[in-house]
Amino acid sequence: MKAIHQLRSSMRRDRVFDFLVEAPRASARLDTRHGQILYLESVTVSFDGFKALNDLNLYIDDGELRCIIGPNGAGKTTMMDVITGKTRPDAGSVFFGQKLDLTRMSEPEIAQAGIGRKFQKPTVFEHHSVFENLELAMEADKRVWPTLMARLTGEQHDRIVEVAETIGLVQHLGERAGSLSHGQKQWLEIGMLLMQNPRLLLVDEPVAGMTHQEMDLTAELLVSLAGERSVVVVEHDMEFVRNIARNGKVTVLHEGRVLAEGPMSAIQNDPGVIEVYLGG
Amino acid sequence: MRERGLPGSVLWSDRGGMILLGMLVIAAVVIPICNLVVPQSSVFHVSTYTVTLLGKYLAFALLAVSLDLVWGYCGILSLGHGAFFALGGYAMGMYLMRQIGDRGVYGNPELPDFMVFLNWEQLPWYWYGFDMFWFAMLMVILVPGVLAGVFGWFAFRSRVTGVYLSIITQALTFALMLAFFRNEMGFGGNNGLTDFKDLLGFDLQADSTRVALFVASVVALALGYLACRLVVCSKMGRLVMAIRDAEDRARFLGYRVEHYKLWIFTFAAILAGIAGALYVPQVGIINPGEFSPLNSIELVLWVAIGGRGTLYGAVVGALVVNFAKTYFTGALPEVWLFALGGLFVLVTMYLPRGIVGLFSVVRVRSRQAEATP
Repeated sequence: MKAIHQLRSSMRRDRVFDFLVEAPRASARLDTRHGQILYLESVTVSFDGFKALNDLNLYIDDGELRCIIGPNGAGKTTMMDVITGKTRPDAGSVFFGQKLDLTRMSEPEIAQAGIGRKFQKPTVFEHHSVFENLELAMEADKRVWPTLMARLTGEQHDRIVEVAETIGLVQHLGERAGSLSHGQKQWLEIGMLLMQNPRLLLVDEPVAGMTHQEMDLTAELLVSLAGERSVVVVEHDMEFVRNIARNGKVTVLHEGRVLAEGPMSAIQNDPGVIEVYLGG
Repeated sequence: MRERGLPGSVLWSDRGGMILLGMLVIAAVVIPICNLVVPQSSVFHVSTYTVTLLGKYLAFALLAVSLDLVWGYCGILSLGHGAFFALGGYAMGMYLMRQIGDRGVYGNPELPDFMVFLNWEQLPWYWYGFDMFWFAMLMVILVPGVLAGVFGWFAFRSRVTGVYLSIITQALTFALMLAFFRNEMGFGGNNGLTDFKDLLGFDLQADSTRVALFVASVVALALGYLACRLVVCSKMGRLVMAIRDAEDRARFLGYRVEHYKLWIFTFAAILAGIAGALYVPQVGIINPGEFSPLNSIELVLWVAIGGRGTLYGAVVGALVVNFAKTYFTGALPEVWLFALGGLFVLVTMYLPRGIVGLFSVVRVRSRQAEATP
C-alpha cells in the first residue's frame, strides 16, 4: 500500500518533488510558514464502535502553550496517541507543520521529526541513572551503528548537566532513576523531552502526584518552555491549568470532540462546559 | 562522573569478568602443559578426556553468554536459542564429513556414508563448498545469522514480545528438529553426522588436536565475552537495557526498537553458531537432538542459575550446571533431572540474581560509595 501511495504521489506533475532536494535534518524541515505547527482535521478514532475521537479539529500555533482539559474518557490520551503515531485514525488528517503527514509516519519517525511526549504515568528507565536517562534521550543519530559507536562529547556532557539543572536534578545525576520520588520522575521525563530538543511537547498530566510547591515549579518550567517550542498540556487539575494558561487558549474536549476553546475566563463561563463539568 | 564507554573501562568496571578472563588465560596455559608435558604418572597430569570435557563446557559457556545478551540485556526470552548452536554445529559437521573422503565405510570419495546408504547418486547442491574450511566457517556465521535475521525481522517488526515470542522461538527449534530428523533433508537423519576423522588435516583423536580445540574454545569464549561486553558498555548497550525496561519510552524517544532487537538477536545467534562449531569436533557427533526444545530450555536454566544480565554469570552457570550434570549422570543418573529442577527452584527463590548475585551485593555497595562524590 505504501509503495502504491508513493508511486502515485511521485507521478503527480504539478509540484516539486521533495526527494530531489536534499533533505535537511528532520526538525529543520518542519515548515511552519502559516504560523501553525500542528493540524488535526476531522480526526475520528473508534474502538469497537466506541468513538474515542469524533470529528476532532484542533490547531496548535507555533510557540503556543495550549492546555487541554476534559472529563475522563474525553479522548485526551487517544488524541496524544494519534499525534505520536501509536494509534492510526480511521479518518481525518494529522499534519505536523505544512508537510509532515503524521498518519503515515512511525513513532520513532515522529519523535525524530520533533514531537516529544510525556506519558501520563511517569515513564523513565528505572534501572539507569538520571544521567544515562538524559543521555539516551539526547538528540542524536538514533540508528543502530552510530549508537553503538557513540562517544559522549564534552559539549553533550554540558548539555546534560544544563538540562539536569533546569529540572532540578543535578544533585541526583548518578542516582538510579527508580529511586527518585514520583515528582522527580515526572521532572526527569520532562528533562528527557528537553534533551530530545523537540519543537512540540505533548505533556500528559504533568503534576499528578506532586506537592503544591512542586506544582508551582512545574508550571514555571512549562511556561518558560513555550515560545521557542509549542507545548500542549493535558491536565485534570483546574487550578494548575488556570495557573499556566494565563491569557493563552484552553481547549475543552468532550466525547471525542472540541466542546469549547478560548481563554480560561471565557471557558469557565461557557454554559456547555459548566454542564459537562458540574453535571447536568 | 565516571569516564565510560572507552575500551579500557569496559574491563575495569567489570570485576567478575576480569576474574573470569584471568582464569581463562591461566587455563589456556596450564591445562595444555598438564596434558602434553606432565607425564601420565604424575598427579598433575590432566587426561585428554578431561581436556575435551572442559572444551565442551567452554563451548556451552559461549552459548550461555550469547543467550544472556539477548535475554539478560534485551529482555528477549528465546526458548529456541539452541537452534542457532545446532546450525553452527551442522555447518562444522558438514565440513568434517567432507574431510572423511574415501576413508568411510563405503569408500566413496565424494559422498558421505549415509548418502551412499540411501542410494543417492550425487552430492546435494547445499553440500557444495563444504570441503573448503573457509567456506564452512563462513556458513557457521551466515546460516545462524541469516535465520536469526529473517526470523527476527518478522517477529520484531510485528511487535511480537514476551511469552508469544518465547513460544514461536520454541516452535522454530522444534520445526528444525523435525526437519533434520528426515533422511530426505540430506543431513544424515536421526543419526546425524559422525565418524569424523580430521580437521584441517589434523587427526581429531590426537591429544594435540584435542588440546588445540580446547585452546580455541578458550579464545572464542574470551573474545565472545569481550565483544558482548563492548556492546553492553556502549550507548547501544544502555539503550538495549532501556528497551528491556520501557520499550515504549525508547520508541517515543525516536529509537527504532525493532532494529536494535534484531541486531542483538542476530549477533547472539552468530555467537551461538560459533559455539556449536567448536562443540561438534570435540564431542565427535551432531544430530537433530541438538535442536530439541529441551536443550534450549536447559540453556535458559544455566543462565538463570548463573545470574542473568551479567555475562560472566552465564559462564558460571553453564560451567556449574554442566559439571553437576556430568557428575550426576555418571553417579546417580536417575537423580539428575530432580537435582536440576531443585537447583532452579532454590536459585529462583533464594538467589533471584543467580549464583553471581551473591558476590555482586558487595560490588553494588562499593559502587554506591564510588558514586557519591
